[in-house]
Amino acid sequence: MSSVEIRNLILTAIALGVCILLPMADSGYWLSIGLSIAMFTVLATSWALFSGPTHYISLATAAFFGVGTYTTGLGFETLPFWSLVALAGMFGALMAALVGLATLRLSGVYFVIFTLGLAELVRQVITWAQNQSGQKGLYVLTDITEAMIYWMLIALAAAVYLTGWLIGRSRLGFALRIIGDDETVAAHSGINTARAKVLLFMVPGAVAAMTGAILAPRYVYIEPSLAFTPMLSFQVVIMALLGGTGRLWGPLAGVVPFTLLWESISSNFPNQTTLLLGLSFLLIVYALPRGFVGLLDRLRQRVTGGVS
Amino acid sequence: MKRRTILTTAAAAALALSGLTTTAHAADPIKIGAVAAKTGPLAGGTAVTHWPNIRLWAHQINERGGLMVDGEKRMVEIIEYDDQTNPGETIKAVQRLATQDEADFIVAPYGTGLNIASAPIFARYGYPHIAVSAITDQIPDLAKKFPNMFFTLGNTSALAADAVGILAQMRDEGKMGNKIAMVNVADAFGIELAAAARPMFEEAGFEIVYDTSYPLGTQDLSPVVKGAKAAEPDAFVAWSYPPDTFGLTEQAMIEELPVKAYYTAVATPFPAFGGRFGAAAEGILGAGGVNPDSAAFQDYAAAHEAVTGNKPDFWASATTYASLQILEQAIEAVGVDRAAVSAHLKEATFDTVLGPISFDENNSNNAFWTVGQWQDGVFQGVASRNRDGAKPVRLKDGWK
Amino acid sequence: MDILITGLLLGGTYALIAMGLNLQYGVARIMNLANGELLVAGGFGAFFFYTSGQVSPFLTIFLVAPAAFGVSWVIYRIMLRPLVNRAKSRGQLETDSILATFGLSFVGVGLMLAAFGGDYFNYSYLARPITLAGDTFALNRVASFLAAVVICGLLYLWLNRTRAGLSIRAIAVSPDSARLVGIDVPRMAAIAFALGGAVTAVGGALISTYLTLDASAGVIFTLKALIIVIMGGVGDVRGTIVAALFLGVVETLVASLIDPGLTLAAAYALFILVLLFRPQGLFGKTPT
Repeated sequence: MSSVEIRNLILTAIALGVCILLPMADSGYWLSIGLSIAMFTVLATSWALFSGPTHYISLATAAFFGVGTYTTGLGFETLPFWSLVALAGMFGALMAALVGLATLRLSGVYFVIFTLGLAELVRQVITWAQNQSGQKGLYVLTDITEAMIYWMLIALAAAVYLTGWLIGRSRLGFALRIIGDDETVAAHSGINTARAKVLLFMVPGAVAAMTGAILAPRYVYIEPSLAFTPMLSFQVVIMALLGGTGRLWGPLAGVVPFTLLWESISSNFPNQTTLLLGLSFLLIVYALPRGFVGLLDRLRQRVTGGVS
Repeated sequence: MKRRTILTTAAAAALALSGLTTTAHAADPIKIGAVAAKTGPLAGGTAVTHWPNIRLWAHQINERGGLMVDGEKRMVEIIEYDDQTNPGETIKAVQRLATQDEADFIVAPYGTGLNIASAPIFARYGYPHIAVSAITDQIPDLAKKFPNMFFTLGNTSALAADAVGILAQMRDEGKMGNKIAMVNVADAFGIELAAAARPMFEEAGFEIVYDTSYPLGTQDLSPVVKGAKAAEPDAFVAWSYPPDTFGLTEQAMIEELPVKAYYTAVATPFPAFGGRFGAAAEGILGAGGVNPDSAAFQDYAAAHEAVTGNKPDFWASATTYASLQILEQAIEAVGVDRAAVSAHLKEATFDTVLGPISFDENNSNNAFWTVGQWQDGVFQGVASRNRDGAKPVRLKDGWK
Repeated sequence: MDILITGLLLGGTYALIAMGLNLQYGVARIMNLANGELLVAGGFGAFFFYTSGQVSPFLTIFLVAPAAFGVSWVIYRIMLRPLVNRAKSRGQLETDSILATFGLSFVGVGLMLAAFGGDYFNYSYLARPITLAGDTFALNRVASFLAAVVICGLLYLWLNRTRAGLSIRAIAVSPDSARLVGIDVPRMAAIAFALGGAVTAVGGALISTYLTLDASAGVIFTLKALIIVIMGGVGDVRGTIVAALFLGVVETLVASLIDPGLTLAAAYALFILVLLFRPQGLFGKTPT
């Protein structure tokens, strides 16, 4: 481990420590903002772990998230909560593996639309099953507080960062970088591209499902249209791309300003929220084509005199 | 926040410029927070039922100089947020109202899921939560967990039971047979109502000859209506949401579905429903209802149209307005102390546009309308729990 | 027979929803997520003219089409051209256009909300039964099916019998080679995008005669259109028509014979199967 890496590790640990203290400072409004940030950090970072190197845009986040919320919704009366989160992670990973095996040979836009269709398919099947079984609405009435949910998400975020870091150092990460540069070259140099991609796709699958499972007690009432809302998938993509997917911390650089922007628009312009959010998306796409990471890199280049 | 600071600064500057030194004490307005969908799937419903009533109520209060609190008149100021039909946003907005805007009171959100999702926040900050569009069978559990949560629009079983009851009554009077076609939208509300109604129909001796669900957002409901028609039912019951309430009814009209009773759930009491289907709407049963002949309702409907430009619906509109009247009377009785208001809500009886309302030991209002019917261009209540003025139910006589 | 006709009528609806997007994506390479908002706006146009002046939606389309063409043209020139120019690869353009049009769809919802509120808009037009082959169908659905046939037919003729159409098809196959043979690619792409917008808005006007819309409803139609376009094969009018009709019939079959609760699940399952076994779509050419 180089000294830079050790420094980064220490800095990360300190940052996490600071995050953990948030519920002590404020248990109301800022905690709920912090919770949004933590949730989207987890989702966007894990999304970027897969989509960054492979350039596949996945809109399946809502599918995994919804499966996670339903895992908690159906099981919270019989099983301890932590086991549900683990279970949700397994469901998510399994689902991602199946989907990955079937679809990762699709490229570009086909994969995008496929993942979007997947979320809808899962939602339709679950709704139908719920209807068949005569299962009434799912009420997750627990004693889990927002602070506990927040801590769980922070822990999950730490795990995601650790995973990302380990992948970056591993053979898998190396293989993925080659795949991202040129898949044909990767295949010719003996890399099992399909296996690498499937393995990697399981990460966002598992993480999104766990996030859903953790958040279910916050929503209290689980219904398909809320658990599987396609908006979630889009939000994650926008935030990750806004930050930049090239670096592990890139999505975070998108999530924080975006959540705050979203919040300030919703609080100041209740009647034009949607309109202004749309305009700010457009501004981001046109003004920050490579996200904040790209912007920072450009600035750094200018400072160091364009050495690259 | 910024906007408000700027506004206040501007106002202060204006005052200073005009040389007015305010010696006369003007009471601060009472801040009322309101969060509900302005966009997203529920926006179509809130635009009819929810937002116009909040505006009407604030307009009326301020027109008469405000609420009488502790011997002085205080105006109300409404702070609105759009939750985009997303529970995460609802939770955040209620938090924001409670801690940042320091709202004195918060109007309940719109929709069962969003009401329940925000209930813990209402409870944590001690806000009374007078839910309207939260129809569930979990009222006792929820009220136990959230003691400041009140329910005004009734519960799932009563809605289902009274619809079954009306049909049973029509059958017992020999007006129709006992074959039922039942469909439901495959979403929480529809599933819950269908699950509640199924055993009730069987218990009442009905034969369910067609029983199916369809997904939310189905663009062609003709297979559903054709399937129901082929089963030759005497009555057709749909636990439906707004777009499919319209879609099913149009198909039924085209198929001239030969039933003696036709029921669709949410949105049947919308003025747009009567407007769209005209004469064909006659005799259609739906969830909800009011007593449109009562003077209180007629005054309310006239004011609603004058202030908001639209007619109220014949169900949740008046209940939404009544929930605000309850809040208003509680504030005038005990002031802006939220704990006192919550305690008062449990004890007092309130005089509303729907008639008197009080809450039982489960914080539930036990007087509400359950079934209504379009009769001579008006959606009349035909069945209720503890409400007066129910009209006799009529047969559905053709689609012309 | 009954199921077949019902299914075809539904397919006609789907063709109206998806045809415009096919032009936009197939030729201009813009995966327009704001497609549904334009559709709803077209529906609102029809609603407005019908309720205020009793103007038939089948006449309103002649107003809606040029208006939507103009709006889409401007959007393409001002907003999407820069993305096309700056994109280094097809993949980057796809990413950028997804993000930009997603923002655009928010703007669309916001504008419609400001213009006509969040209320449902619906009206009754030609809601009369018509008997075909011994079964009854809704006249408004039959009428818009016929309109869909006319629109698709005209588009097909235009694309296959005119010089402009030939250029458009050339761009759809290979923009770079099209440029080499002297086709003004930017101009034709803008025309294709604008035309796609016009077709979508007309579709919305026709659909509003039998579906209940509101300002936020667009996303449902965008999702459906995406699926149909991908299923049919990008850049091929025939593919979209076949996919739309196929989907309509399958949904109706499932609804009538199995369970209406599974219609959408069946649609997505079908879509996924098509993608797995024919990733280029029913009519798509194998990507080179």
